[in-house]
Amino acid sequence: MPDLIFRTEGVTKVYDTGEVKVYALAGVDLKLFAGEFTVLLGASGSGKSTLLNILGGLDHVTEGRVWFKELELTQLNDRGLTRFRRDHVGFVFQFYNLVPSLTARENVQLVTDVSPDPMAPEEALELVGLGHRMDHFPAEMSGGEQQRVAIARAIAKRPEVLLCDEPTGALDSKTGIQVLEALKNINDRFGTTTVVITHNAAIQKMAHRVIHFQDGRISNVYTNDQRLQPSEIVW
Amino acid sequence: MQALDRKLLRDFRRLWAQALAIALVLACGVAIFITSFGMYRALEETRIAYYERNRFADVFSDARRAPLSLAREIETIEGVWAVETRVSGAAILDIPGRSKSAVGRILSIPSSGRFSLNVPLLRSGHVPDPETTDQVLVNEPFAQANGFQIGDVFAANLNGQKRQLTITGTVLSPEFIYTIGPGGLMPDNEGYGIIWMPEDAVAAAFDMTGAFNHVSLKLRADARTETVISSLDNLLEPYGGLDTYDRSQQQSDAFIDAEIKQLRSTSIILPPVFFGITAFLVNMVIGRIIALERSEIGLLKAIGYSNFDICLHYLLLAGLIAVVGIVIGWGVGSWLSQSLARLYADFFNFPFLIYRVSYDAYIISGIIGVTTAAVGAIRSVLNAARLAPAVAMSPPAPPKYKRNTLDHALLALRLSQPTMMIFRNLMRWPVRSALTTLGLSLAVSILVAATFFDDSLDTIVDTAFYQSNRQDAVLTFTDEMHESVLEDVRRLPGVLQAESKQYYPATLRNGHLSKRIAIESSRPNPDLSRVIDSDGRVVHPPANGIMLSDRLASELNVRAGDTIAVDFLSGRRESHEIMVAGTVTQYLGLGAYMDMDGLSALFRQKPRVGIVNVTLDGNQTDNFHAALKEAPNLAGTTMMTETRQSFLDTIRQNVIIMTTIYVIVATLITVGVAYNGARIQLSERARELASLRILGFTRGEVSYILMGETMILALLAQPLGWLIGVEIARLMTNGFTSDLYTIPLILKPATFSFASLVVLTAALAATLVVRRRLDRLNLVAVMKTRE
Repeated sequence: MPDLIFRTEGVTKVYDTGEVKVYALAGVDLKLFAGEFTVLLGASGSGKSTLLNILGGLDHVTEGRVWFKELELTQLNDRGLTRFRRDHVGFVFQFYNLVPSLTARENVQLVTDVSPDPMAPEEALELVGLGHRMDHFPAEMSGGEQQRVAIARAIAKRPEVLLCDEPTGALDSKTGIQVLEALKNINDRFGTTTVVITHNAAIQKMAHRVIHFQDGRISNVYTNDQRLQPSEIVW
Repeated sequence: MQALDRKLLRDFRRLWAQALAIALVLACGVAIFITSFGMYRALEETRIAYYERNRFADVFSDARRAPLSLAREIETIEGVWAVETRVSGAAILDIPGRSKSAVGRILSIPSSGRFSLNVPLLRSGHVPDPETTDQVLVNEPFAQANGFQIGDVFAANLNGQKRQLTITGTVLSPEFIYTIGPGGLMPDNEGYGIIWMPEDAVAAAFDMTGAFNHVSLKLRADARTETVISSLDNLLEPYGGLDTYDRSQQQSDAFIDAEIKQLRSTSIILPPVFFGITAFLVNMVIGRIIALERSEIGLLKAIGYSNFDICLHYLLLAGLIAVVGIVIGWGVGSWLSQSLARLYADFFNFPFLIYRVSYDAYIISGIIGVTTAAVGAIRSVLNAARLAPAVAMSPPAPPKYKRNTLDHALLALRLSQPTMMIFRNLMRWPVRSALTTLGLSLAVSILVAATFFDDSLDTIVDTAFYQSNRQDAVLTFTDEMHESVLEDVRRLPGVLQAESKQYYPATLRNGHLSKRIAIESSRPNPDLSRVIDSDGRVVHPPANGIMLSDRLASELNVRAGDTIAVDFLSGRRESHEIMVAGTVTQYLGLGAYMDMDGLSALFRQKPRVGIVNVTLDGNQTDNFHAALKEAPNLAGTTMMTETRQSFLDTIRQNVIIMTTIYVIVATLITVGVAYNGARIQLSERARELASLRILGFTRGEVSYILMGETMILALLAQPLGWLIGVEIARLMTNGFTSDLYTIPLILKPATFSFASLVVLTAALAATLVVRRRLDRLNLVAVMKTRE
């Protein structure tokens, strides 16, 4: 049995708009293991992004508890969560969120500047196949390239977990597959626990485990006996 | 270099136009602070050092003729540390190569050869031998203006005796840092000289052997000046004591003091206006940047940057703007200070002037500048820190537009949609709209407050030179003369009209309020030197009354019909209760007027004359001066035509410089506020405006929305700016008013229209620059960008 990385107990998240209370998460119990590639599937508003944000220390729970290994995230204050993100988590977002005024290399350097044991920005960019585009600004790159810079930025700190929110959401299938290959490559080589949120059911075939969300709850979990290579996925 | 620092520098480069617009406003504040505060400190420190080194006296007094033995008694007055007596006299000078007569003030050099007080500083040559009778020291500016060298000779009419005097050295004295000759309005170094002569020679010339007619006292630190003055007055009274005064009434010190106070109030009043506007602009721009970089902030936090790192990042951006402003301000301030120092060098005769601005002024202005930017940025920066990362990365909620009463009113007006957009946006950000209006109105107010001076000076000049003083020359006599002297004057070549006048030093008292002044007495209906009331009518005091200038009346808290006590300080030194017959408007000095016959009756003596005003035949000026050089008992002549001209030239030059500076300043403020306002609007509404263009609106229509908002605020700023400007002008006239002069508040429509014209033009130009960006907007790209 691999090591436990994330554990949640009865996690609830309520958005109170004053007039109505929206339950984004309504009691989620979940375990994620070291080296696992997990896909979270579900419709818009099913709660998967909220959970990812909570796991990554970007958001607070309304109720329930969350552990990263032995560290209880729900006990941490803002400073502790910042520390946690800095040391352990890599994020990839749907809209890349690159800083437009920095080149690919400098965007990665943003992370390596504040990480305790980073790899060289150049190495991270090589890993996603962008060694030749290092000195380009985001505006000079395609969407797929930008997303791969974002992945390089996320992995440059050698995180234990990589949290990806719709990483291929803004991309066509060809570039989307390049991005998925980069993610798988990282997961295989470094054993980084990877969580990918997607709308795209096809992607679930490359995961170790697939978790379905519905109305803020986990509706179904299953393990892929046979994983597909990203190149074999079609959408 | 860290990646975040690189982002900082690139952001700064991208924002250069906005940053520069803000930096220039800050630079104005810093430059004005450096100039006014820096020069205030320099002048103040120089004065203190000079006075201390050269033992400038604290109390001064004149008498007709007091025995030298009285000095011992004066020394025993409680609180007196040192006493120096001297003989002082006036002389008409005949300078080789100069057709006009000059005026000299003769002062004695102690027979010991050593000054104990008011020590002149030898600048060249040597002090004359005490035994000689024809060697003198002259003040350096007089020597320079006349091109004198050591050994040069000029003639002086000493008490009716013409003598050739040889210059052995030049000096500067703490008593004569700012020197105006009798009857003058501006320093005239060529026509007025201070001359130091060995005591024995002066005493012999003025019949003062064994006596003195001027005494200076240095007091101990714990002395009570008032008590010393009254004790000295009592001691000198039997010897024709004239007037005892402290430094505040010493001409040179009073002028320097007025200048120092003016610099100080400028450094307190003006810079905060610029710092306030800077803080507002920084707040607006950094606020917008943080709004635009919302998702980047979220990302930085997700990566693991702490709130502190993010605060610091944006504070540094504000800090960079401040640094640019401070550096420009330091540069301009240093340059302005140097120009001002040169101006001072013309007027103030210091042997050494700490003309450089002290480091303090740079450090203080730097700290204020950085703090200003930080204060401006802090609210937005803290908001950025407070943004939860998950929230930061989701797009912001669309701004809430609400219907309110004003909105309903606008609807009722059936305005076009673009106009509605303008008004809704103004109401959506009421604080920003209000502050923008305030910022622009401050630009208007600065112009109003700076340009009204021109009209005020016109009024002063008209009243002082064309209504009141219409004489061509003023002759001042050494002694009180019999009225028959008028006939002598009328016989001088070129004299067309001659009218007599006399001044009587006196203390006016009303209860605990008192003021030492000189009462002017003249014959009824003078034609040359007239007294004008507040309605511009020529008035003359009745035989039994006194007329006071408005300012003197208000300082003494008296009105027409009240009675005041008048203690005459000369002649019989009597005290009389006299009725205030009325008040008159007067801008230069503090005037008090009585009828010559009334005053003579009060003194039970025949009228006395100290001053004669004359008009001249312009073709005979040289003959007139030649005759003056030989005239006995003449202490001075003032050519009013020259005084008028030099006064007008000086103030005209100053007004042009002032107006230019303030037009630049107001333009910088306007551009800073209007340009940044329009840029931020463009940034906020790019999508909206691009949508309108896609829907078929023309460039003109879309520009109307963008420019309309700023221009509406600029229009609203006008009346507010006028009001604030009038208040600032009022404050300035009060602040600048001293016993030396009063500045009337004259506001003409042209002042307001000029201010509005400058500000509206600058605002329009600034928004037009932003409009050009709108023209270049790539519609498709804007629509594709995620907010």
